[in-house]
Amino acid sequence: MDRRTVLKGLAGVSSLAVTGGLSMPALSQGAAARTLRFVPQANLANFDPIWGTQYVVRNAAALVWDTLYGLDATLQPQRQMVESEEVSDDGLVWTFRLRPGLKFHDGAPVLSKDVVASLARWSARDPMGLMLKAIQNELTAVDDRTFKWALKAPYPKMLLALGKNSTPCAFIMPERIAQTDPFKQIPEYIGSGPMKFAKGEWVPGAKAVFEKFADYTPRQEKASWLAGGKQMLVDRIEWVVIPDPATAAAALQNGEVDWWESPITDLVPSLKKNRNINVDIADPLGNIGSFRMNHLHPPFNDVKVRRAVLTALSQEDYMRALVGDDTALWKPLPGFFTPDTPLYTEEGGEILKGKRDLAMAKKLLAESGYSGQPVTCVVAQDQPITKAQGDVTADLLKQIGMNVDFVATDWGTVGSRRAQKTPPGQGGWGMFHTWHAGADCISPAAYNAIRANGDKAWFGWPTSEVVEKEVTAWFDAKNLNEEKAAAKRLNKAAMEDVVYAPTGFFLSYTAWRKNVSGIAKGPLPFFWGVSKTA
Amino acid sequence: MVSYILRRVLSTLPVMGIVALFVFSLLYIAPGDPAAVIAGDQASPADVERIRQGLGLDRPFLIQFGSWLWHILHGDLGTSIFTNLPVASMIAQRIEPTFSLMAITLVLTILVAVPLGVAAAWKAGTWIDRTIMAFAVFAFSLPVFVVGYVLAYVFALQFEWLPVQGYTPLAAGLWPWLQNLILPALALGSVYIALIARITRASMLEVLQQDYVRTARAKGLGQRNILFVHALKNAAVPIVTVIGIGIALLIGGAVVTESVFAIPGLGRLTIDAILRRDYPVIQGIVLLFSFLYVLVNLMVDVTYTLVDPRIRY
Repeated sequence: MDRRTVLKGLAGVSSLAVTGGLSMPALSQGAAARTLRFVPQANLANFDPIWGTQYVVRNAAALVWDTLYGLDATLQPQRQMVESEEVSDDGLVWTFRLRPGLKFHDGAPVLSKDVVASLARWSARDPMGLMLKAIQNELTAVDDRTFKWALKAPYPKMLLALGKNSTPCAFIMPERIAQTDPFKQIPEYIGSGPMKFAKGEWVPGAKAVFEKFADYTPRQEKASWLAGGKQMLVDRIEWVVIPDPATAAAALQNGEVDWWESPITDLVPSLKKNRNINVDIADPLGNIGSFRMNHLHPPFNDVKVRRAVLTALSQEDYMRALVGDDTALWKPLPGFFTPDTPLYTEEGGEILKGKRDLAMAKKLLAESGYSGQPVTCVVAQDQPITKAQGDVTADLLKQIGMNVDFVATDWGTVGSRRAQKTPPGQGGWGMFHTWHAGADCISPAAYNAIRANGDKAWFGWPTSEVVEKEVTAWFDAKNLNEEKAAAKRLNKAAMEDVVYAPTGFFLSYTAWRKNVSGIAKGPLPFFWGVSKTA
Repeated sequence: MVSYILRRVLSTLPVMGIVALFVFSLLYIAPGDPAAVIAGDQASPADVERIRQGLGLDRPFLIQFGSWLWHILHGDLGTSIFTNLPVASMIAQRIEPTFSLMAITLVLTILVAVPLGVAAAWKAGTWIDRTIMAFAVFAFSLPVFVVGYVLAYVFALQFEWLPVQGYTPLAAGLWPWLQNLILPALALGSVYIALIARITRASMLEVLQQDYVRTARAKGLGQRNILFVHALKNAAVPIVTVIGIGIALLIGGAVVTESVFAIPGLGRLTIDAILRRDYPVIQGIVLLFSFLYVLVNLMVDVTYTLVDPRIRY
C-alpha cells in the first residue's frame, strides 16, 4: 500500500468527520489562548542565523533578533532599530542613529558597538555584506547610539542590504556574541526582538519555545512584513515539529496546534473542507523551481546543449508534478525574476514560451556533437520538490535522446556532491534540482543563482560577462527605471546563456484555525499582530 | 551466575568498540556532508568549505576517530554539529519518550499476545484458533504507519479520546503520560502481538503433546493449572527468545512510530541526525543501542535459567 495514498485517504475521511459536526476535543479547549502553537516548515536544528542560513532558522531568528531596517510588503526597506540615517553627498559615508530605549533580552542596552560587531559578522557571510566589506573604509561606533560606515565607493543599495529578508539577515546581537567567528556557532541566543528564546525548553527536532519580551518597544507604525510595529498579542509561541504531514493535518483539525506553515498540497482539499480551518496562499512571492546544469563539463559546457534542454522543457509538466492540478498554485515563468514584482521581465524568454519543440531540441543536440555520454542527474529523493522535478527531467532528457545517469539520493548528499567541480565520472555531477524563494529573486541583491561569475558563481559555475555586467548595472542604478532596464538586459543574457533552467513559478498554502487571526501573507511567517481566542 | 553476568558485561566492551569503529568508518565512507546541510541552499562552495574546517571535518579520518575515541573513554560523547549541544544531554532528553513507548508496548504485547497464543493452542483447529491466527496474519502484514493512521483517525479524530501527537513526561502525571502513548504503543505493538501470539501457539502446541501433560490431564488437574503452570512454563524458552528479539526490533519500529505520532524520542533523533550527517549524535546513539542490544541478550539468557532449571552456565 502506498504511504501517500493512505495519508490522503485518512486525512480526507477525517476532515469529513470533523466537518460533519463533531465537537472540538478537550485538548484544544483547555489550551491557553495566550499560547500559539505553530508547526514550522522544517525542524529548527540550530539557532545561529548567520552560521546556518536555512529559511527555518531565519524565520525563528526574526522573532528573537531585530534588524536595523525591515523590508515591508511593498518591498521597500523601512527603519526598524534605526531612528535616522544620513548619507554624505558623495555617497561614501553613512551615519546611522539607533532608536532610544532598545534593550537586549538580558537587560543590557543595545549600543553601537553591538551593531558594529553584528554587521562585521554578517558581512563576512552575506553576498551583499561581502560587497560592502570589499569597499569598506571603516565601520565604527561614534557614540552609544551612533555608528558610521565609511566606504571607498558609493553603495546605493545600503538600506536594502540592512533590511532584506533573504538569508542571512543583518540581525543585531550583543557584541560579545557577535564576535564569534562567523563560521562557528554562537553560544547564546540573546537578541532585542519581540520574543525571547526559551533555550531550556528547546528539544531540537521536536519543540522550540519563544516567550514575549516585556521590554520590547515596538515602533508606532503599522506592522508590514519585517517593518513597523511588531506588536506581540500572544505571550508564548511553541514551535511543534511534526515531521509527518498527515499527523500535522490531524493535529490542526483537532486543535492540538493552531497554525501549520506549509501543508502539503495533497492534504489541502481536506483542510479546506474543515469549517474550523482557514487555508490561504502563504507567500505571494512564491518560489521558482529550477535545475542547474554544470557549465564546467560536457555536455552542459556547450550552450547549444543547454538551449536544447530548454527548448524541450515544459514548465507545465514540472508544475503539475510539484503541486498537482491546482492551477491557482502555479504559473509559467519565461524569466528569472519573481512575477508581480517591479523587476519582473520576460525579455529573452521566448524559448520557454509556446509549445515544446522536441524535434528542435534533438536538432540542437545533434549540432552540438553530443555523442551519448551519460548525464549525471543528481536528485534528492527526500525533498518532494526536488524529487518531482528530477523525475520530470529524467523523462525529458530521455525523450530528446540523452543518456541519463539518474542518481537518486538524499539532500545531504546532493548538498556535498554539487560542490564538487570534478567531472561527473569522478564524483562530480551534470545537473541537480532545487528551488529558490521568490523573495530572494525580486532583484539581483540576494539572487546568487543568477550570477555568472565563474568560479565565484553558485553551483554550476556559469561564466557570462554580459550577465555580470548587467548585475553591476543594477547595483549601480540610481532609480527604478534604470534598475528595470538593467534587469531586462540581465534576464535576456541569462536566458541566452541558460545560466540555469527555471521550471516555473509556484505558490504554497498555509493553514490555521479560525480562532487565530492576523496572519499576514509574506515570505516568512510573521507572528506580530497574530492573536488567538480560546 | 554472578561471574557469568560479569563475564558477559565485560565481553560487551570489545563488541561495542568494534561497532563504534564500524559505524564511524561507515559514516565517513557514506556520501553527504554536514557542512553543506548547515550552509543551506544559498551558500557558496567557499562558505561550505569554511564551515567544514570550523567543524574539524577536514582533518584526517584517523585523527577524527582518535579524538572521538579519546573523548568517549573520558565519558564525553561529544557535541552535536548542528545544535551545539552535548550529545549526552540530547540523548538524555530523548530517552524517556522512547523507553516509555517501548515499555508500554512490551507490557501490552505480553499481556495480549501470550494469552491469545495459549488460547489458540488450546483450541487448535477450532474457529477460535483460526480467528486468532487470522488476526495475527493480518496484524503482521500491516505496516506500522498504516495501523498508526487508522488508530489516530478512530480514537483521536472520530472519538476525540486521545491526542494525535506529542509526548507528556511521566512527571506530569500518569494519565497525561499514558494518553500520549496508548495509540503509538498499539500501533507499534500490533506486529509484535501477532508475532508472539504465533510463537506462543506453536510452542504451546508442542508442549501440550508431551507425555507429562497427558499425565497431568489423567491425574485430573484443571485446565488452567495445566496450561499456565505446567505447559506455559515449559513452552517459555522460545517465547522469551522472541520477546528478547522483539525488544531489539522495537527500537527500529519506534523510529516509524515516533515519526507518525511526533514523539520526540531517540528514533526521530536518529533519523534527523542521519539525514543531516550529524556524526557525533549518530555515534552516540549507536553506542547506546549497541549497549541495549547486549543488555537485552544478557537478560534473555538469565531469564532462560529462571524458566528452565536445566539450562546452566
